[in-house]
Amino acid sequence: MQRFILIAVPYAWLLALFLIPFVIVFKISLSDIALSIPPYAPILDDGIGPFFAALDFENFVFLTSDDLYWKAYVSSLRIAAISTAITLLVGYPIAYAMARAPEEWRPTLMMLVILPFWTSFLIRVYAWMGILSQEGFLNQFLLWLGVIGEPLTILNTTTAVYIGIVYTYLPFMILPIFAALDRLDGSLIEAAEDLGCSRLQAFWLVTIPLSKNGIVAGSFLVFIPALGEFVIPSLLGGSGTLMIGKVLWEEFFNNRDWPVASAVAVILLLILVIPIVLFQRNQQRQAEAET
Amino acid sequence: MNRLSWFNATSLTLGFAFLYLPMIILVVYSFNESKLVTVWAGFSTKWYGELLQNESFLDAAWVTIKVAVLSSTFATVLGTMAAYVLVRGGRFLGRTVFSGMIYAPLVMPEVITGLSLLLLFIGIGLDRGVITIVLAHTTFSMCYVSVVVSSRLMTFDRSLEEAALDLGCSSFNAFRLVTLPIIAPAVISGWLLAFTLSLDDLVIASFTAGPSATTLPIKIFSAVRLGVSPEINALSTLMIGIVTVGVISASLISKRKSVRQQQEEQAAARAA
Repeated sequence: MQRFILIAVPYAWLLALFLIPFVIVFKISLSDIALSIPPYAPILDDGIGPFFAALDFENFVFLTSDDLYWKAYVSSLRIAAISTAITLLVGYPIAYAMARAPEEWRPTLMMLVILPFWTSFLIRVYAWMGILSQEGFLNQFLLWLGVIGEPLTILNTTTAVYIGIVYTYLPFMILPIFAALDRLDGSLIEAAEDLGCSRLQAFWLVTIPLSKNGIVAGSFLVFIPALGEFVIPSLLGGSGTLMIGKVLWEEFFNNRDWPVASAVAVILLLILVIPIVLFQRNQQRQAEAET
Repeated sequence: MNRLSWFNATSLTLGFAFLYLPMIILVVYSFNESKLVTVWAGFSTKWYGELLQNESFLDAAWVTIKVAVLSSTFATVLGTMAAYVLVRGGRFLGRTVFSGMIYAPLVMPEVITGLSLLLLFIGIGLDRGVITIVLAHTTFSMCYVSVVVSSRLMTFDRSLEEAALDLGCSSFNAFRLVTLPIIAPAVISGWLLAFTLSLDDLVIASFTAGPSATTLPIKIFSAVRLGVSPEINALSTLMIGIVTVGVISASLISKRKSVRQQQEEQAAARAA
């Protein structure tokens, strides 16, 4: 009996507040917009027969006919992929240096990487607005250095979105790579060097392959949330920055077209299934390798 | 290797400068006299004064704290139960679905979670307000709690529980007297994680909050959309300060506790 309650309570909670809501999203994505509250035509209220008769894929057809949507999907994928690559290039040297730092420093360094994760995401994105604006600190600094003659426009461009994603997700990249490098046996690199590898070759042939799991895990941890990102493109991006999270938000709050917003969500979910499954498989393989 | 090469020292310096400079600039300029946020005009705390007089911010802060305390407490209870089921529950019908529902919210885009919950609340006719935000936050943070707690449960020696059961404890008492004290640090850090997740959340709260309840992130977001303002800088500084003090003191306390535990174990070993 105790065991039953223990399983049933969290199970029922997740069913009611996680799984059923998705079924509803799916259902509404197949219904018509209506001028009422809630603004969609109800389906399934008249039983299962009319339910199937009333189903239509109009909203999905609409998504393919208006090129705003597929452009937003493609551009989200591109922005997420490019910023993941930049985060990797920025994060790897930091993780590497942390793993090479004296042992007594490492807990402090770890804490310094984790600390920003505890501070509000919104505030960390907001901090960049003052830095990247026309009269912001970056432009002041570059003008003072004399590198540029007049202020650059960075805020409200896609560049600012890249900076924002790299900045906020950097800890997610550093931590798994650090974990992999920290476990790495230094004698393997010495062996490679003894056998005639240059330091660069040893890095390329030994260190990188042995930290592969960390690289893969970190990349997914950045790519997956970046794809559906809303706060960063809406605060740092401009009108030219198309990202699907922002499109969904606007479709819902500004256009009040709930069926189309739901259809956007369903397709985003279908796109995300691939990286999520790959990520799960990578984690599982790693767990199996360790035991 | 004990000394850092110049390359490693440079990447550490640049890396941490990149992570911390934006926040340091924000904190420093919250004490700026001028309304122009990027021009320094002398030290002043007047923006903090204005912030404390702004009632809509104070109201939002109160709602946010209420939501965070309630949702993180529910999430800790439910998440610990879920972790226990995942690690110790054995086989039961629908186990795969259950573990899927625990891990899926961790990678789900917030816009989708928010949208789906809102459609549910409207579907069942629940008025949007503090209750709906608490329900939404509990749902996603219980998954984080259960990940933290289950990783502790996995490394924990099961024979201790079995000994308690053999000595006549009921399974509930064995949990309360043996398991819970041992996993307590993980449960506490789960609660802290759930609390900060709830404090931070903008997207899910925007979908599930009604006109009667506005949280601080929603308030900040609508102010920030219009541009940088010294008042928001002051508010951000307060929030950064609270989190920093909280995280550092939590880690110091847990460090001291683990040192004491080690000493006790050594003493026990000597006594034996």
